[in-house]
Amino acid sequence: MKHILITALVFALGFVATSAQADDMLYNDLGGEKGIATIVDNATAAFLADPRIKDTFSETNMDRFKLKLAEQLCVVSGGPCIYSGQSMAAAHKALGLKDMDFNALVEDLQDGLDASGVDFATQNRLLARLAPMHNDIVTR
Amino acid sequence: MTNFRTSVSLLAAAALSLVISAASADAADKKPEAPRDWTDSGRLLATSGVSQVEGAAGGGLAPWAVITGYGTDDSIGANLHGTYVRLPDFALRSGGVSVGLFNRVELSYTRQTFDLGKTGPKLGLIDGYTFNQDIFGAKVRLIGDLVYDQDTWLPQISVGVQYKKNDRGPLVSALGATSDHGTDYYVSATKLFLAQSLLVNATLRATKANQFGLLGFGGPNRDTYSTQFEGSLAYLISRKFAVGAEYRTKPDNLAFAKEDDVYDVFVAWFINKHVSATLAYVDLGDIALMGRQRGTYISLQTGF
Repeated sequence: MKHILITALVFALGFVATSAQADDMLYNDLGGEKGIATIVDNATAAFLADPRIKDTFSETNMDRFKLKLAEQLCVVSGGPCIYSGQSMAAAHKALGLKDMDFNALVEDLQDGLDASGVDFATQNRLLARLAPMHNDIVTR
Repeated sequence: MTNFRTSVSLLAAAALSLVISAASADAADKKPEAPRDWTDSGRLLATSGVSQVEGAAGGGLAPWAVITGYGTDDSIGANLHGTYVRLPDFALRSGGVSVGLFNRVELSYTRQTFDLGKTGPKLGLIDGYTFNQDIFGAKVRLIGDLVYDQDTWLPQISVGVQYKKNDRGPLVSALGATSDHGTDYYVSATKLFLAQSLLVNATLRATKANQFGLLGFGGPNRDTYSTQFEGSLAYLISRKFAVGAEYRTKPDNLAFAKEDDVYDVFVAWFINKHVSATLAYVDLGDIALMGRQRGTYISLQTGF
């Protein structure tokens, strides 16, 4: 049994290493430009419906926000875009966000991805690339 | 006595649920002012883990580096759990409470009961004889974040202690154990490979415990600490479901019976942030000369 577990661990780490390299297809797996537009629509609707975080968007121009979010998801997933918005740190500095706010947004994004028909494993590939932004977004 | 304890646990669970619903109703009422929400359950679903057999947040067998409950850096979390392991010749029950403070410190208390049932007389004891132990645990998260650290190989790392006190001193001493109490020390490293939906945990534990401490601590074969390994692998199927396997090595201090390593395969269902259920197939190996003990592990957890 010990050998089985060690074998499984080695296999798992090998799996992690190889799939980390070959993940430039994420943009396509999200449905490209059209898919990302749907995701942004669904996710933004979820952000604005969430009592935990909707107030943080009260001063936000939502049309511009959606444009920048789409650009960002495109860039992060390896698509042919250029992100033209502010840095994550600059955009969130004044908001004084906490872990709870960040995670609430993650949950809403997951709901938006569900509603857009993105499968769970693909969702996680995207979330893994967004997660490190936590350190720039959460300032409290 | 067992029924009494079960009733107490259920009552406590009911009371906690009431507190949770009262707290959330309260928070909803006072939204405009946005006062500090001490019970925001702000971490992501499943990141609390479940309650391992000694009461720490983790898998079923191994403590993980995660802190119990869903509290963030700004809030607290807590859990109650009840676990039942049905084996061919024995049953193992445990119930306990754990509190997580600011996603940094975890404190836990668990009571384990090892029930000999009909096997009691075969071992020269009465029918339904039980060994019980109280386990007081503490864990501190040192470094790393399970979810956010996706751009580094650094895992979340915690250290912990588990003080265990067995209530059958004279008997475990007759079986060869040196002591009826002991303290385990462990370090856990837990890494979530989010892009692969895979969680890997490795725990090193320094311990003298025989059968988790249920048969005392130390013995004729060895009366010093030994370092044991506990590994867990979990694959996330969805936000609510994880499947995986664990392996835990144990010392073999007693002379009267050989002690084996243990493993399990499990499925955990995170119904929401307040309730989770874990079902496992567990192989605890040979216990007290009664042959290989393989059976079903069921654990329920409720909290915030």
